[in-house]
Amino acid sequence: MSVITSSPEKAPAKPPRSRGDRLFAGTAKGAGLAILAALAGVFIFLTIEGVPGLSQTEATYAPNHDFLSYVGPLIYGTILAAVLALLLAVPFAFGIALFISHYAPRKLAVPVAYVIDLLAAVPSVVFGLWGARSLATYLVPVHDWLYGHLSFLPFFAGPPSVTGRTIFTAGIVLAIMILPIITAISREVFAQTPRLDQEAALALGATRWEMVRLSVFPYAKSGMVSAVMLGLGRALGETMAVAMVLSASPVYTLNLISNTNPATVASNIASSFAEATPAKLHVLIATGLVLFAVTFAVNFAARWVVGRNERRMAR
Amino acid sequence: MTTSEVAPDLAASMRLSHPRLPRWAPVLVAVLAVAAAGLPAMLLGWSVVGWLALALVLFLVALPGWSMAVENNRAALDRLMTTLIWAAFGIAVIPLLWLIWTVVSKGASVINMEFLTYSMRNVVGEGGGIYHALIGTLLVTAAAAAISIPVGIFAAIYLVEYGKGTVLGRWITFLVDVMTGIPSIVAGLFALSLFVLLFGPEVRMGFGGSVALSLLMIPIVVRSAEEMLRLVPGDLREASYALGVPKWRTITRVVLPTAMGGIITGVTLAIARVIGETAPLLVIAGKTDSVNANLFNERMSTLPVYIYYSFTQPGITPPGATEAPGIARAWGAALVLIVIVMVLNLLARVIGKFFAPKKG
Repeated sequence: MSVITSSPEKAPAKPPRSRGDRLFAGTAKGAGLAILAALAGVFIFLTIEGVPGLSQTEATYAPNHDFLSYVGPLIYGTILAAVLALLLAVPFAFGIALFISHYAPRKLAVPVAYVIDLLAAVPSVVFGLWGARSLATYLVPVHDWLYGHLSFLPFFAGPPSVTGRTIFTAGIVLAIMILPIITAISREVFAQTPRLDQEAALALGATRWEMVRLSVFPYAKSGMVSAVMLGLGRALGETMAVAMVLSASPVYTLNLISNTNPATVASNIASSFAEATPAKLHVLIATGLVLFAVTFAVNFAARWVVGRNERRMAR
Repeated sequence: MTTSEVAPDLAASMRLSHPRLPRWAPVLVAVLAVAAAGLPAMLLGWSVVGWLALALVLFLVALPGWSMAVENNRAALDRLMTTLIWAAFGIAVIPLLWLIWTVVSKGASVINMEFLTYSMRNVVGEGGGIYHALIGTLLVTAAAAAISIPVGIFAAIYLVEYGKGTVLGRWITFLVDVMTGIPSIVAGLFALSLFVLLFGPEVRMGFGGSVALSLLMIPIVVRSAEEMLRLVPGDLREASYALGVPKWRTITRVVLPTAMGGIITGVTLAIARVIGETAPLLVIAGKTDSVNANLFNERMSTLPVYIYYSFTQPGITPPGATEAPGIARAWGAALVLIVIVMVLNLLARVIGKFFAPKKG
């Protein structure tokens, strides 16, 4: 990406261009513009179909009464699930990234990186099926244990779900799903740390961890931030795994282990879509527009941080 | 520091190396920790998970503790962090292995010729298969690829060969990166909004799914093709120009063939990524029990959507059975889907190996 900064070389004189050349250049440029048009189209069409959803009759928003009260618990649930997933995934992701870039023996690092990439290749619906049918049942004892020992915390106020299909389980599944993207990006930034910095730290007698803390982390800080933000973007938009794991109801609650769990924006679209009337459809598309705006902003910010970092490092 | 104190223990302070734990110390502590955790685990009847968790905690305390006693605090912290990082890797591999094992063990018994070659038409209870969903998945994905591959590769050509350093090129690169993060359900809603505006509110068709999938697929194709085109050495282009070959012939005859292997790898990975997408197809392609081979007419089942509906509407559990028939079908279909995705991934690696870009 250092290309962005390199000043374009001045062509000495424009050679004559044949018709084939113009045609080809035009097609290529058209394809690039088509991508921008598609992105703009997402905004435009979601707005056209979504705006009527802001002002439907009260019955459409049942069990709530207007758009804000309908989308509120969904946004709350989305953020809750995403934050939970991030809390679980980020330490592991950085650990694995460090493992691959600095700790593992060379022979192990490549297969490990490949296995983590495979984790990203598993379709989300399979994650959902596994989370709901397999992981949830195994997590029921964990729910009971959390309730038994930590019920003084509002997160584990209980009563614990007997199916295990709670936002706690959904958060774990989400964490597994966003692990690969955070790992992949932070692994790349860790690996780009200048070799001389690391060797200088080691030569001064630093242990390996001190070397990582003193030379790798300062260099990779903004890359790590944007990796987390990209993970957040994924977690906010993930649909099927949450829709299949959660048994949802529109509530605001901090309780992670009970039977009543807030749905997320995306999972609510998937699960209420089949029975939606045209009026309800507008409402669902409007919530989708909200989701798109939020994830777009998060991704935009994350990529911007990465780009700025790359430009700074390229100098 | 203490260099000025020339004391009786001169020899000790002049020592150049600290005492170190022996190389086999971590192994010894690990064995001891597992053994020590085994005692309460057996007495209290814990599961293997509890046993290993306790062993890990013991290891996390014992090794840094020993290190602190023999070496120093810094070395102890180093050993603690090393252990944590190895543990992070070990724990993260568990879900992948567990998931694959679960899908294979539950799905393998379901798959037979009937499952692969029958649709769900007129099936109540047991029986039926995924034929209609397989057809749907292949058609929808093929149409998505037919849209995405030309657009993606041409856009990559623009970015590398024409738009280098221009404002437009920079923005496309940046927004393509942002687009990789679009939630899949939003892509589905986009296709739905578009087709509802064109054909009225009750429209459902497989092609809508292709449009949604191509929105997810194009950024992946652009990114990988762009990277591959950048790897093509400039010498090749210049040699071609020097022979008087026009730019577009240079690109089609020199640059693209050189990068072809990498581009095919990227395209295969992109197909593997979107073939498992559920949410957009759920929204726009819908679900049917019969074979529908027409992309432009009516609902069309796909494999991921089939899994979802088998899970949410599994049918009635027959007396004497523990599971509804839909659940078994969901596991079987999940196994088929995972096999497809993994084969595509492997294929991509093999292609990448064989056609690695030839340097200089």
